[in-house]
Amino acid sequence: MNAVADVMQKASIIMDDLSSKPAVRRLFYAGAVLFLTAFILLPPILGISLKLDLVSQVLDNEALMARAKEAIFWSFSIALTIALLDLVAGLPMAWYIARSGSQLVSVIDALIDIPFIIPTVALGFSTLLFWTSPSSPISVLGVPKLSPGLALILLLHFAFSFPVIVRVMVGELLSYKSVYETAARTLGAKPFTVARTVTLPILRPALIAAFLLAFARSLSETGATIIVAGAFENGPVFIKNAKDAGLEGPMVLVSFTLILASITVFALIRILGTRLKIPINMVYPRPEAILSSARSARTRDIVMFVVFFLFVFIPSVYITFPALGALSDGTLGRAIAGEGVWSEYWQAMSLSYVIGFTATLINVAAGLPIAILIARKRLGKTLTTLLDAAVNVPIVVPSVALGVSLGYFWRSFSFLPEFWIIVFAHTAITYTYFVQAMAAAIEGIPEEMEETARTLGSKPLNVFRRIIMPLAKYSMFSGAILTFTRSVDETGATTAVSNQLKTAPVLLVSWVKHTVPATTSDIALGISFLILTSFVSLLALRLLVYRRR
Amino acid sequence: MLRVLSLSKRFGAVRAVDDATFEVRDGEYLCILGSTGSGKTTLLRLIAGILRPDEGETYIDETLMNETPPEDRNVVYVPQTYALFPHMTVLENVMFGPVARRVPQKKAKEKAMSVLQLVRLDHRTDALPSELSGGMQQRVALARGLASGAKLLLLDEPLGALDARLRIELRGDLKRIAKDSGLTVIHVTHDQEEAMSIADRILILRKGRVQQHGTPFHVYRRPENLFVANFVGRTNFLEGIVDSRDREKTTVRLRQNMYIDVADTSHEREEYIIVAVREESTHLTRDDPGEGMNALDGEIIQLHFLGYSTRFEVKLKNGDRVSSLVSTDDPIGRVKMGDRVRVSFNPRNTLVYDYPTLGLRHELEVY
Repeated sequence: MNAVADVMQKASIIMDDLSSKPAVRRLFYAGAVLFLTAFILLPPILGISLKLDLVSQVLDNEALMARAKEAIFWSFSIALTIALLDLVAGLPMAWYIARSGSQLVSVIDALIDIPFIIPTVALGFSTLLFWTSPSSPISVLGVPKLSPGLALILLLHFAFSFPVIVRVMVGELLSYKSVYETAARTLGAKPFTVARTVTLPILRPALIAAFLLAFARSLSETGATIIVAGAFENGPVFIKNAKDAGLEGPMVLVSFTLILASITVFALIRILGTRLKIPINMVYPRPEAILSSARSARTRDIVMFVVFFLFVFIPSVYITFPALGALSDGTLGRAIAGEGVWSEYWQAMSLSYVIGFTATLINVAAGLPIAILIARKRLGKTLTTLLDAAVNVPIVVPSVALGVSLGYFWRSFSFLPEFWIIVFAHTAITYTYFVQAMAAAIEGIPEEMEETARTLGSKPLNVFRRIIMPLAKYSMFSGAILTFTRSVDETGATTAVSNQLKTAPVLLVSWVKHTVPATTSDIALGISFLILTSFVSLLALRLLVYRRR
Repeated sequence: MLRVLSLSKRFGAVRAVDDATFEVRDGEYLCILGSTGSGKTTLLRLIAGILRPDEGETYIDETLMNETPPEDRNVVYVPQTYALFPHMTVLENVMFGPVARRVPQKKAKEKAMSVLQLVRLDHRTDALPSELSGGMQQRVALARGLASGAKLLLLDEPLGALDARLRIELRGDLKRIAKDSGLTVIHVTHDQEEAMSIADRILILRKGRVQQHGTPFHVYRRPENLFVANFVGRTNFLEGIVDSRDREKTTVRLRQNMYIDVADTSHEREEYIIVAVREESTHLTRDDPGEGMNALDGEIIQLHFLGYSTRFEVKLKNGDRVSSLVSTDDPIGRVKMGDRVRVSFNPRNTLVYDYPTLGLRHELEVY
């Protein structure tokens, strides 16, 4: 044991000493940038570019072109509508959580995360059942049941994008210094006027970020959308249908357009968003006094809660009812015994875990240096901004389009087994989550600590081990768990890249679409297992965060 | 010990440190005095190796350090925030340096304990930094620097975060510990009283350029330029023209044909000059101040009671303004606003400077 410890210590001394050499440090960071370029940025661009010649198949086919154009139009229209609706509905909820001081806050705060915890494929099935099932409380109350299609997609996207807006805005409102609000109130402004003219303009970058995240989430979502879409097609559904029908040309065309258009739209919103002015010069004393009254606030809160429970919370958890049924109708026994469809399910589940774990490991190793480069602005202001933007590309691009492109790219290396193609696709899709979490954590550690540690004789790697790691380890775990959960739940890109192998969400989509003979109880239980794993992972994350506090 | 030669650092168009040259001797306590944004911290970070200079050289014990990383310079940098590691106890913080330099754990602990005794914190070894007062944190930061075995300690506004009384108390502690440990210290501050009371020598920095480097007494009594004369202490400036001179004195014509004598005889007739006189070198009187003394008539326009003394602002007949510090016990201190008084000062207590090309106001600008 002592010999091993000695060797480890010597190795760590050598590594520490090496880290002090500028050339070694440059090589270390260059390796990470190379990985980012070769595995995250180039494959989506090159993959689709390799197949652009296939687009000619579609250009002459008017009917197919019209379908493709319509699908792309609906993707952006839905994303824009959802981001706006969620902002309108989510902002009062965020305000309530951050400011009201009500005893209900902790309960509501926990409930908000439910649609976030549930894998989107499960959310899709739950929404489908809630709004279309004859036994749903909606039908019982006499509300006409909906059919799969645009309305259901809107309801689904509203539900899963809602927590994104609330989370971002609660965080910002909590860290925002309320002294500005106090100052404005003492200067005679009513609460509504203060919110409109002081708080919201100051929080404008956060509003834009929240809007963009909700927009991206809606634009990118595939698995759940396929479940509730019926005959309706937005971009991701079109791609999935085209793939199933063996229509490569349309698939390439829509994927390419979505990738290009989403990057353009994001860049435009980022640029134009900073110029967006919230009107603050005019004050409307009478209407704003009415809107600030206790009665208005109460009405607002009631509407807010009705919207949340009816359109977000209940549709998200409705899956519980058929899942409970599955516990008593023998489905659970068949599931445990691995009978019928369940044998493939457990294989898919294991595959999801192995892929999630591998992709997370790769991202931790390759993402950490990039997170340091971004947090410490080691490449200067301009290059850091570019690097930051590059890291965000995977979450901006719809995952199914990304999957199509990644599939083409990695399959051109014929020696690569499909397992690794899926791993690389998941690595690209989850990369942003880990890098962003780590960059934010490192940014929070004053650089002076690193500098002081260096002047005390500590080599750069030693500083990282003894200062940065202990202070950022919880964020690193959080980032890793987010990456893992996102990978396990991923549907869109996996659908696009996989031919033989099926991960759990992909298998569940085929169950829901009845391409595999599975009962509602099977689907509900299968989805429940997936939820359970996500829940356990996120519970671990929460425990870590609480322990830190 | 430390030699800095023509050191420069730019951030975009801003020259944070501009051609700085100076030396610090072994065991010396140097204070770098300058206003906010004068380049003090940048200069310290250049010496520590945290920043790379655009030009110039840094030598420690005659070894060129430009390419040496911070961990190999044997120089400890203590930022204003102290940068105590929040996840480590006081003892772990203090042991950090020796452990980083691969001193065996036992010896590192002994060293840490001995410096903690020196800063009188050996009873708080298990406390986390967040459990300590500001003064204690400051002492832990100092102990951490001492334990690392470094010979040069760079303190960036070490007393800046403390209240006024504690600052005065800790000044003495800082110097005592530094001298007892044989350390060389560079201490950055914007507080001239702090610098005067603690430093062996002072270096004045303005807009990244070294203005003067010398003992506190020398800097105070013989400021080399108008900026230093204004920045260190409180000084009155009178603009005038050399009217006549002999071997012992020069007569200066102020505005509206008021005349004063100065001891300086280095300026030619008709030359534009600035006469500087410290406010504590001026006296208020109602009578004739006596032979050989300058006397200027004026009217009290403002007074500031400071407790131990009162500062009077006097508007002279020619419109110039002069301030004078009068002891609270002095009967002349009973004069009131609007009273006519005479401001007197000895020609030997004046300093004379060339009239600056860009004007007096520009020359005195801090930022």
